[in-house]
Amino acid sequence: MLNQITLTVDGAPVTVPSGAMVAVAIAIAGKACRRSVTGEPRGPVCGMGICFECRVAIDGRSHCRSCQVRCEQGMDVRTDE
Amino acid sequence: MAAAVRAAECGVEVGIVDDNATLGGQIWRGESDDGENQDAIRWSEMLRTAGVTKLCGKRVFDQPEARVLFAEGDDDLCELRYRNLILATGARERFLPFPGWTLPNVMGAGGLQAMVKSGLPIRGKRVVVGGTGPLLLAVAACLRKHGAEIPIICEQASSSMLARFSMALLAQPAKIAQGIQLKRELAGVPFAANSWPLAARGRQELESVTISRRGKSETIECDYLACGFHLVPNLELQQLLGCQIREGYVHVDEFQRTTVEGVFCAGEPTGIGGVELAIIEGQIAGLVAGGGLEKARLLFRDRDKRRRFARRLDHTFRLRPELKNLPSAETLVCRCEDVSYSRLQQQTSWRSAKLQTRCGMGPCQGRVCGPATQFLFKWEPDSVRPPVFPARVASLAALRGRSVSENGAVTRRL
Repeated sequence: MLNQITLTVDGAPVTVPSGAMVAVAIAIAGKACRRSVTGEPRGPVCGMGICFECRVAIDGRSHCRSCQVRCEQGMDVRTDE
Repeated sequence: MAAAVRAAECGVEVGIVDDNATLGGQIWRGESDDGENQDAIRWSEMLRTAGVTKLCGKRVFDQPEARVLFAEGDDDLCELRYRNLILATGARERFLPFPGWTLPNVMGAGGLQAMVKSGLPIRGKRVVVGGTGPLLLAVAACLRKHGAEIPIICEQASSSMLARFSMALLAQPAKIAQGIQLKRELAGVPFAANSWPLAARGRQELESVTISRRGKSETIECDYLACGFHLVPNLELQQLLGCQIREGYVHVDEFQRTTVEGVFCAGEPTGIGGVELAIIEGQIAGLVAGGGLEKARLLFRDRDKRRRFARRLDHTFRLRPELKNLPSAETLVCRCEDVSYSRLQQQTSWRSAKLQTRCGMGPCQGRVCGPATQFLFKWEPDSVRPPVFPARVASLAALRGRSVSENGAVTRRL
């Protein structure tokens, strides 16, 4: 197993320790996860899959809770979608 | 996990369905694989040898008929049939709205801890920890261990309540040891009772937090605010199944049986009491579900003692009324639908708020704003309707067109 995983957040490569959740990669990339219905930037709150604030698109699938999904090599993460 | 192990030891076929990617819930998340928690390692080992089917990353979202549940994974749909069902759905943090609480990097206390445990770099970051409950101390200790600087821990409970709580802990040697350990880990970190966050400020993300510290306000620059107001149980599934709820918790008999036949409940949903109580209740439920009633009885005394501790927790960390004044008119209460406090003030009930403002109608389905509005306005939530978690349209469609499957304990079908 790799010790480090590289994936992309909005096209930019991010390297995280193996086992890290996608929300961690987004935080390292310095990005908000989504825009609220009135346009506010939002990031993770509950860290356990309850609040849905950290939802992003992962490999083309929208509305994934990034705090619940582990990073995988080459994953394509899109915020604000 | 404890329930599954004990039930399997009785010789029945057991499957665990977990929303999370790994077993162990929020307290033990990942600890069983690479952590230092001896209990987590011990129970994972017992689970490994017990021959339990594991379905991780599956969200149960509906019960199409009695003793059948539907769960959705990332790529599949599971139809689960059971004779006995043990619900151990845990708890979530209670969040209260205050100006700025929707800024990125204002997180739940447990939420930030979970992120750090799953790799978020926190070394050298300044983290204000605030809210209420014993979780704040555990979180602060964990963050500090990972290199964070904690300028203050704000606890809204009064110092006299906390003093009484500490006295009660003297009757529990295990808790004293935990307390001493925490005190050592938090040496030098300021702890303020009668204190709570008033507002968070920042442009794109958090820059500073203003707190009320024993009646005076004070602003602290920081990178994160880890803020939670104790815990509320996850009751959606129990409510969907029709289990009776009394005073905010699932009503169970001495064998952890709910009011619905074949459905048990263990852990935080029966009363917020922490991991030790949950393990005992889980074992009782597992033993009873597997037919080992007499063995279950042996655990009653320990459980009842710990339940008294649970009631004391509720009492010590109940919310002070001043916290109802935290939100300003523009503060968003419902984060999914961006509904402000002033709009909700015009509503008379949870139902009217939902209908008129869409409060509680977003993806979290009121899991965050429900407990907040319950505290702010005394609104009681209505009945729970399926799907209890957002599900794909294809999964909902499958509910209608499904065929009757084999009568195994766990069956899968796409």
